[in-house]
Amino acid sequence: MSDPADLTIKAAGDAMRAGELTSLDLTEAALERARITESHLHAFLTLDQAGAKEAAAAADAALAAGEDAGPLHGIPIALKDNMCTKGIETTASSQILSGWIPPYNATVVDRLSAAGAVVVGKTNLDEFAMGSSTENSAYGTTRNPWDTDTVPGGSSGGSAAAVAAGSALGAFGSDTGGSIRQPASLCGVVGMKPTYGLVSRYGLIAFASSLDQIGPFARSVEDAAVLLEAVAGFDIHDATSIRGDVPNIRGSLSEGVAGLKVGIVTELSTTGIDPEVREAVVQTVNELSDAGAEVVDVSLPSCEYGLSAYYLIAPAECSANLARFDGVRYGLRAAGSTTEEMMAATRAEGFGPEVIRRILLGTYALSAGYYDAFYGQAQRVRTLIRREFAAAYEDVDVLVAPTSPTTAFPIGERTADPIAMYYADVCTIPMNLTGDPGISVPVGLDSKGLPIGFQVMAPALGEERLFQVAKAVEDIAGFTARAALATSEVVQP
Amino acid sequence: MPVEIDIAKVASLARIALSDEELRRYGEQLGAILEHAERVQQLPTEGIPPTSHPVPMTNAFRDDVVTGSLPAEDALAGAPEAEDGYFRVPPVLGDS
Repeated sequence: MSDPADLTIKAAGDAMRAGELTSLDLTEAALERARITESHLHAFLTLDQAGAKEAAAAADAALAAGEDAGPLHGIPIALKDNMCTKGIETTASSQILSGWIPPYNATVVDRLSAAGAVVVGKTNLDEFAMGSSTENSAYGTTRNPWDTDTVPGGSSGGSAAAVAAGSALGAFGSDTGGSIRQPASLCGVVGMKPTYGLVSRYGLIAFASSLDQIGPFARSVEDAAVLLEAVAGFDIHDATSIRGDVPNIRGSLSEGVAGLKVGIVTELSTTGIDPEVREAVVQTVNELSDAGAEVVDVSLPSCEYGLSAYYLIAPAECSANLARFDGVRYGLRAAGSTTEEMMAATRAEGFGPEVIRRILLGTYALSAGYYDAFYGQAQRVRTLIRREFAAAYEDVDVLVAPTSPTTAFPIGERTADPIAMYYADVCTIPMNLTGDPGISVPVGLDSKGLPIGFQVMAPALGEERLFQVAKAVEDIAGFTARAALATSEVVQP
Repeated sequence: MPVEIDIAKVASLARIALSDEELRRYGEQLGAILEHAERVQQLPTEGIPPTSHPVPMTNAFRDDVVTGSLPAEDALAGAPEAEDGYFRVPPVLGDS
C-alpha cells in the first residue's frame, strides 16, 4: 500500500521529516480517499477542503522554516460534529442545530491546531451522541467500510469509519457509554476513552456531563497515544477538568506485559457475548499469558446492573443539558404564539425520536415522586460499581473484556427496538460510570470478515499502564487487515 | 411489568409538543425501558452514598481577573431572531 492515506501517523510523520512527503500530499490523499469513499460511507457531514489544504500548506511552510510542532504536525484528522469549530457548521447531527456556526472553538480544537494537526472535516454521529449505530443522525446513516450493509457502531460512527477508510489518519470522538470504543471495535480501529476529566469538555456539545469524555481514534495504539497527548491536560474553561500533571501516556508503551496481572471480567465476557467474539477474547488473553502476564478471572457482580443504571443517569443528565435547545439563542425556531408554545413546537420539530425518548425518560426519572426510586437508586448503584472496580484494581493491574458483544450488525436490524440497541454498550458502560479509562484494540475477524475489538481497562489516570497493555495486545494480535472498502478496486484500482 | 407513566405530563414538563399518537407510542416505549431500568431497584443500597460525579471534587475556582469575552454580536449571530442587542422571542404571556 503506497497511498499516503493508508499510513499511520507515526509513519507519515517520519516520511514528512525525511522529506519524502509533505502535509499537503498527505492531506490531498486523505481528501481524495474521502471523495472516493463518501458515496459509500457518508462518514462526514462537512468536508473542509479549502481550510484543510490551507492548514497543510502552512504546516509545510512551518516545517521548512524549522518549526516542528510535534508528532501531529501536518497530520490530517477528523472531528466528530459535536465539537465546536469556529466558523465551521456544527450540528451534533440534529435538525435543531442545522446551519449553526459556532462563535468559538472547543479546547480540543485549539490544542490540535497548536499541535499542527490539519482538520479535514466534521464526522457524522447519532444525534447528540445518543445511539450505538449512527443510524440516529438527522442527516443519514454512516455505513461500515468493512461491509456497507452493516452499521459502523456509534455514536462516533463517522469518526471510526473515516479512520478505517483512510479519509483521515486519526480522529476524535466522544464516549458517554462506549461511543468511541464500540464503533472502533466495529470498524477495526483503535479507540480510546480517557479518564474522566483528563480531556477538556469545553466546546463539546453536552449529552451527559458526568459521563462524557473526548478521546481518539487511530490505526495504531501508538497513534492513539500521540493524539491523546496533544489534547490532554487541565483547562480553566472546564470546571471538571483534572488539575495537576498529565499522566505519562507513552512512557511504557513498549514494555510488554511480563509480570503484569490481568483480570478478565466474568460478567462482561460470558452471558450475551457472541461466541466468536468470546473466542477471540479468550485467545488474546491466553496469548497475554504466554507473553508473561498473570491472568485471573475477576467477578464484578454489580456490572450486570450497569446498563440499567446508565439508562437512568444518562437520560436524566441529557434532559437537563438539552433544555438549552429552545429556539431562542441558536438553531431552529418553529412558530408559536407564545414563547412556551414556540419552545415546545421547536423541540418537537428539531429533535429526532431517540433524543425525544431520552429527554422524556430523563424528565420522568428526575420528576417529583420518582427521583429517589430511579435516579437516586441509579446513582447508588454507580457507587457500588465504582467500589467493585476499585477493589479489583487492588489486586490486578488492568481488566479486560470484549468491547462489544457482537461484531457490526446489519443496518436497520435494531432501530425498532431501543433496548436491543442499548445492549450494544453493555461492555463499555461501566468505564463511563466509574470514570476510568478504557481502550479497544482490534484483534481479529469473525467468520463474516468483520472486526472484533478487545477492551483493556485501567484505574483512573492509569493511561500509562493502559497503553502499555494495549500495545502488547496489538503486537500479539498482529491485526493488519484493512477495511474492504479501503482495499477495494473503488479505492485502489 | 411495563411501568405506567403519565406521558402527557412528562412531555409537558420537557416542553415537547407531541401528538396523541406520539404520546401513546413514547409512553409504551418508556414503559418498556423503565421496566428494564427498574432492575437497579433489586440491588440493596441502604447506606450507600450516591455518585453524582466520577471525580471527587468540590468547587473549581479560578483567579478573579477580567478577561475577554464573546462579543454580543457573535453571541447573537446564531439566534433565530435578535434586535438591539437582545434575543427576540414571541410574547411570554398568552392572551388568556
